[in-house]
Amino acid sequence: MRIFDPHIHMTSRTTDDYERMAAAGVRAVVEPAFWLGQPRTSVDSFVDYFDSLIGWEPFRAGQFGVRHHATVALNPKEANDPRCRPVLDVLPRYLDKDGVVAVGEIGYDSMTPAEDAAFAGQLALAVAHDLPALVHTPHRDKARGVERTLAVVAESGIEPGRVLVDHLNEVTVKLVRDTGCWLGFSIYPETKMSPPRMVELLKTYGTERMLVNSAADWGRSDPLLTRATGEAMLLAGFTEDDVDRVLWRNPVEFYGQSGRLDLSDLDAPEPTFAGNSILRGGE
Amino acid sequence: MTPDRLRAALHDVSDPQWLDAALRRVATEPAAIARLFAAAARRCGRGPLPDPPGWTADEAARALLLTALPGDHAVLADSLYRHGDAAEKRAVLRALPLLPIGAECVPLLHDAIRTNDTRLIAAALGPYARHLEQAAWRQAVLKCVFTGVPLAVVDDLDGRADGELAAMLAALAAERYAAGRSMPADATDLLARLGAGSHPTTALEA
Repeated sequence: MRIFDPHIHMTSRTTDDYERMAAAGVRAVVEPAFWLGQPRTSVDSFVDYFDSLIGWEPFRAGQFGVRHHATVALNPKEANDPRCRPVLDVLPRYLDKDGVVAVGEIGYDSMTPAEDAAFAGQLALAVAHDLPALVHTPHRDKARGVERTLAVVAESGIEPGRVLVDHLNEVTVKLVRDTGCWLGFSIYPETKMSPPRMVELLKTYGTERMLVNSAADWGRSDPLLTRATGEAMLLAGFTEDDVDRVLWRNPVEFYGQSGRLDLSDLDAPEPTFAGNSILRGGE
Repeated sequence: MTPDRLRAALHDVSDPQWLDAALRRVATEPAAIARLFAAAARRCGRGPLPDPPGWTADEAARALLLTALPGDHAVLADSLYRHGDAAEKRAVLRALPLLPIGAECVPLLHDAIRTNDTRLIAAALGPYARHLEQAAWRQAVLKCVFTGVPLAVVDDLDGRADGELAAMLAALAAERYAAGRSMPADATDLLARLGAGSHPTTALEA
């Protein structure tokens, strides 16, 4: 089972996670820029974070044979902090980088006017840089948040097939299914979605444009729930090809629209430095 | 290494017209290099070149872009490094010996050597490291051994290695052997050439 986790915050995870993920079949990840739990107070703090997403974290992932790409954006929560909003001015620099395969996570947290402005502005940046967009949907007042999200997406003029609407569930999936957008589902130990519930949604709505992620971060989450979902699919009668479509080909197709997804040499022994393993680096 | 040799090596890249146009553009419009530098790997590829050995297509294309600038090489190299992803930083480091900048970009070497990214550490120890002060150079060579970077990447290793470096390597070897671990063969070979270390098998068997 080859797995592409289209949404996971590896900055918050340990090398043990990378080892377990690689052993479970996770060979590629996309790490969206988001908030860090502790609020940031300046643009420079974001710059260091973005630099890590296109510098240190891909290097760290590569040590375990995992290919790492990122999405970059000002997240909805911190779009409300006037100290952070100038992040929008440094984004274009990052949207030119090889490892950046979408603008994200953008969208709504509390549906404020500041979030409206940041969301619309960053959808325009996605269009200008010819990149897809990863859209977070709010955890509170979710159904109305999704409706408003879809209205802003439609108004922006971005092609729906270049938008991934994330963190959907049994209630909100219905709102997105017929819009042409891709549908993301975050599988969590308790909240959001679970593997058995995800399998039911796949039975009802099929596998087209459906993406499954762990959204693992600094909270209670599990980077192996992508694999658990694949196994639950097989037990429910889905074929290996169905699992491969949801866990590999769909995310590759969505992020591949950036023209920057580099999955070359994933089968090569990773990574050696002129014959020397770099896994002992820093020992 | 010369720009002409890099240009010849990139003769077969997937999009040679893009590279030609980019080189002409930075010669007359230096600020354009920021976006062209970021896009170079997508346009020219990332694979190793048959010649010169040790160079990849993206490194060569980016180094050429830097050499095509009409002036302000040190300022622009610094900016591209500071704002670059890991591959862009590495390309700037590789390009430094080709630029008319004297020792102005030594702070970039210090930055690269401070990281734990072995690709950056290695790229910082090419010919431009002749501008690095001896104490920093010794620490960088020691860090190569510590992080598994082969010493073959270090320019002028034997010309510059001194008794102090030998003492530092011997101390690392003593710690490793005490822990039942080994030293990389290229480091023990260097110690032997410096006449300052017992052979590791002797130490392990002792």
